[in-house]
Amino acid sequence: MADTGHGADAALRIKALESLLVEKQLIDPKALDAVVELYEHKIGPRNGAKVVARAWVDPDYRKRLLADGTAAIAELGFSGVQGEDMIVVENTPEVHNMVVCTLCSCYPWPTLGLPPVWYKAAPYRARSVIDPRGVLAEFGVEVPETVEVRVWDSNAELRYLVLPMRPAGTEGMTEEQLAALVTRDSMIGTGVPMAA
Amino acid sequence: MTPDADPTFREPWEAQAFGIVVKLHEAGAFTWTEWAEALSGEIRAAQQAGDPDTGETYYRHWLAALESLVRRKGLVSDAELRTRRLEVAANAARHQHQARRTPLAIG
Repeated sequence: MADTGHGADAALRIKALESLLVEKQLIDPKALDAVVELYEHKIGPRNGAKVVARAWVDPDYRKRLLADGTAAIAELGFSGVQGEDMIVVENTPEVHNMVVCTLCSCYPWPTLGLPPVWYKAAPYRARSVIDPRGVLAEFGVEVPETVEVRVWDSNAELRYLVLPMRPAGTEGMTEEQLAALVTRDSMIGTGVPMAA
Repeated sequence: MTPDADPTFREPWEAQAFGIVVKLHEAGAFTWTEWAEALSGEIRAAQQAGDPDTGETYYRHWLAALESLVRRKGLVSDAELRTRRLEVAANAARHQHQARRTPLAIG
């Protein structure tokens, strides 16, 4: 059934499927509304920002985060679908990391929410591998030739989160203030944190 | 590629399709690897069929992957799905894209 249909067709198809699944008691419509509400309003990149800020102020936490991302992130209460096996990669003066999913859109939902449209688009998926520095430049991230760029391919079993470098001049800031500097893109590697 | 935030779902059906996948997975209907394979398969097929694959059509692929996975897992049959679609279409309120001066229905 290769419907590539038009307009309202998708809405009709999902309505038909949902009503069948509800009837067969395979899903609960109330739980469905709750999960949508959760991802629309509660789960997003602010979760990841808290993880990053904690790693910046707490060296022990940073160590745990790099050793076992999933467990360290769960310490802050963030876990669930697409967050089961997390690897945190650290940016340093020598290495810049960026994350892509070359096949579809594997992405760490519990820490970053759902992926932005460009992450799901073919140009990013394909070009990040062929020309990562060019893609980064389009995002306004200039990586000097002396810095190695590492591209990580997320998949259904493993998802990556970038631990960006703490911006200069933030020594006196609280964890909360630091978290406010952490952008979504800085945790995908297509951006850097905001300046202090 | 614009680095700025965009809405999570552009239309309500996208949110429904998303939620169904999450809940079915949580209920053990399929593994996440099976889901990722279904989704990337749809994306690849659409790309080969000329879809620009800009991310705008993403949830269409998501929906197609969901339909094919529930059929393969035997949760819903092809026939059931076809029949139900016709029923839903027949019962849908006629939506007219013009300003109405009278109520759509009076109960």
